[in-house]
Amino acid sequence: MTHVSIRSSVMNEMQQVAEEQNKPLAPLVDDLQLLDSGLDSLCFAIIVARLEDSLGVDPFSAAAAEDAPFPVTLGDFISFYENAAK
Amino acid sequence: MPRSSPPSLWNALNASHDDLFARFLFGATASVALGDLIRGSALDARGEELRGRSVLIATKDQLTAALTLLELDGVARRLVLCPADLSSEYLPFVVEAAGVDAIVSDRTMPVPDTPGVEYFTTSSPKIQPADYDRTTPLRTEWVLLTSGTTGVPKLVAHTLASLAGAIECREEAETIVWSTFYDIRRYGGLQIFLRAVLCGASLVLASAQEPTTDFLIRAAARGVTHISGTPSHWRRALMSPSANMIAPRYVRLSGEIADQAILTNLQSFYPQANVAHAFASTEAGVAFAVTDGLAGLPASAIGHTPDVDMRVEDGSLRIRSTRIAERYLGPQGRVIPDSDGFVDTGDMLELRGDRYYFVGRRDGVINVGGLKVHPEEVEAVINRHPQVRMSLVRTRKNPITGALVIADVVLNAAPESAGNNVRELQQEILLVCREALPSHKVPAAINFVPSLAVAETGKLMRLHA
Repeated sequence: MTHVSIRSSVMNEMQQVAEEQNKPLAPLVDDLQLLDSGLDSLCFAIIVARLEDSLGVDPFSAAAAEDAPFPVTLGDFISFYENAAK
Repeated sequence: MPRSSPPSLWNALNASHDDLFARFLFGATASVALGDLIRGSALDARGEELRGRSVLIATKDQLTAALTLLELDGVARRLVLCPADLSSEYLPFVVEAAGVDAIVSDRTMPVPDTPGVEYFTTSSPKIQPADYDRTTPLRTEWVLLTSGTTGVPKLVAHTLASLAGAIECREEAETIVWSTFYDIRRYGGLQIFLRAVLCGASLVLASAQEPTTDFLIRAAARGVTHISGTPSHWRRALMSPSANMIAPRYVRLSGEIADQAILTNLQSFYPQANVAHAFASTEAGVAFAVTDGLAGLPASAIGHTPDVDMRVEDGSLRIRSTRIAERYLGPQGRVIPDSDGFVDTGDMLELRGDRYYFVGRRDGVINVGGLKVHPEEVEAVINRHPQVRMSLVRTRKNPITGALVIADVVLNAAPESAGNNVRELQQEILLVCREALPSHKVPAAINFVPSLAVAETGKLMRLHA
């Protein structure tokens, strides 16, 4: 999968989940802090589960196992997936 | 019943004024009139040799087990009821824990060759003339086996008095023919067996090998009037083309939470029936039956149910009555009730308005980011959707919240069938959930599945994470 489509998959899931969970979503720019996105941890849990289904990777579980840092900004979040999908 | 329990089932039948030749135990392949049984033996007239012994009843066939129970209650010191699906690897443990010194078998279950244990083969359903001395019946101990999804079974010790404590026979103008989807060697089924025997009825027994449709046809042919099962049994029955062949006057649910959807569906499918749901467990006995057609129970039932003390402590239902089992047999031999005489059922209740609702089992909780979810409470909401037949909510591991809730759903009709759009249906079901549940309880995914596994106990199979 290309970086473009991973980026759009991530953005799509964020918009979809925000809508389902009735959360106001901040504009999706790369330096957006995830904590300020308007999404709570339940939203991120759902996004991560759905991305695992569609992209076949779960970089969070891998990072937790290796004690690696979690992403802070949306840009980090997207590259987290891009790197995992390599 | 209940205050003066008979010394034995045989004594109860012998003292009854019914025509015992008009009352039957109907098995899948044979039937026996109670009148023949109380003057005879299904054990080659060898029952006398079992006097005072601890007897394991290990047969595949329910009719054989039923005949043996009737013949040996009051004769044997202890009767151990072995469900047909018990894994043979646990038999040596059961034999040891219950001090079994005789096994009644129909040669269909593999039983261990154990020193000191004598084997008896039932000849049932052939009844041979036999005359036992019934003048001094023993207070036979009845032992039921319960098992979780895995692991060693627990041996729960009851007496005829504790098992029959909730059974009140009413005068009925018409003949009663009971039936149950349960195996009578499990608590829910045993209640129905005892009800039929003690209250002048016949009984149609199910068979583990028999498809639901065939069982319903057989029950209909015998004119079933009263029938019991778990909500899962009933959801499966309602999917059967022969569900409309029976026209019961009384429909009973127990063993799992009866949600409003299944109660409403049963009432509209069997408009002439009284639909009741009962709470019972092998350890705590029968606590109450709810007959108003609504899920849950009136809050006033706690504290005002005759012969049963109930309380809710740390969210779970505690029961004290003469119907509880006193102890487990086996290495620990543990006493079941607490020091106040209460049994903790592990079933969690929630008070909403003036009614308590069962929300799930304490040990089945899914933890979503520190918030608790009972799968059963989510299933009850999903089952409200008119196209849903049944559902199973389970956990999915998640790196952010630890777990998420997901749902496997069986629809009334295949999801691809006419008028069904899979994605739309998923959204509709999710909408029902979002309206009724806080967001952490809403399934993160809805999967449509063709069927859900139901265990031999009649309960939905749950794999605890």
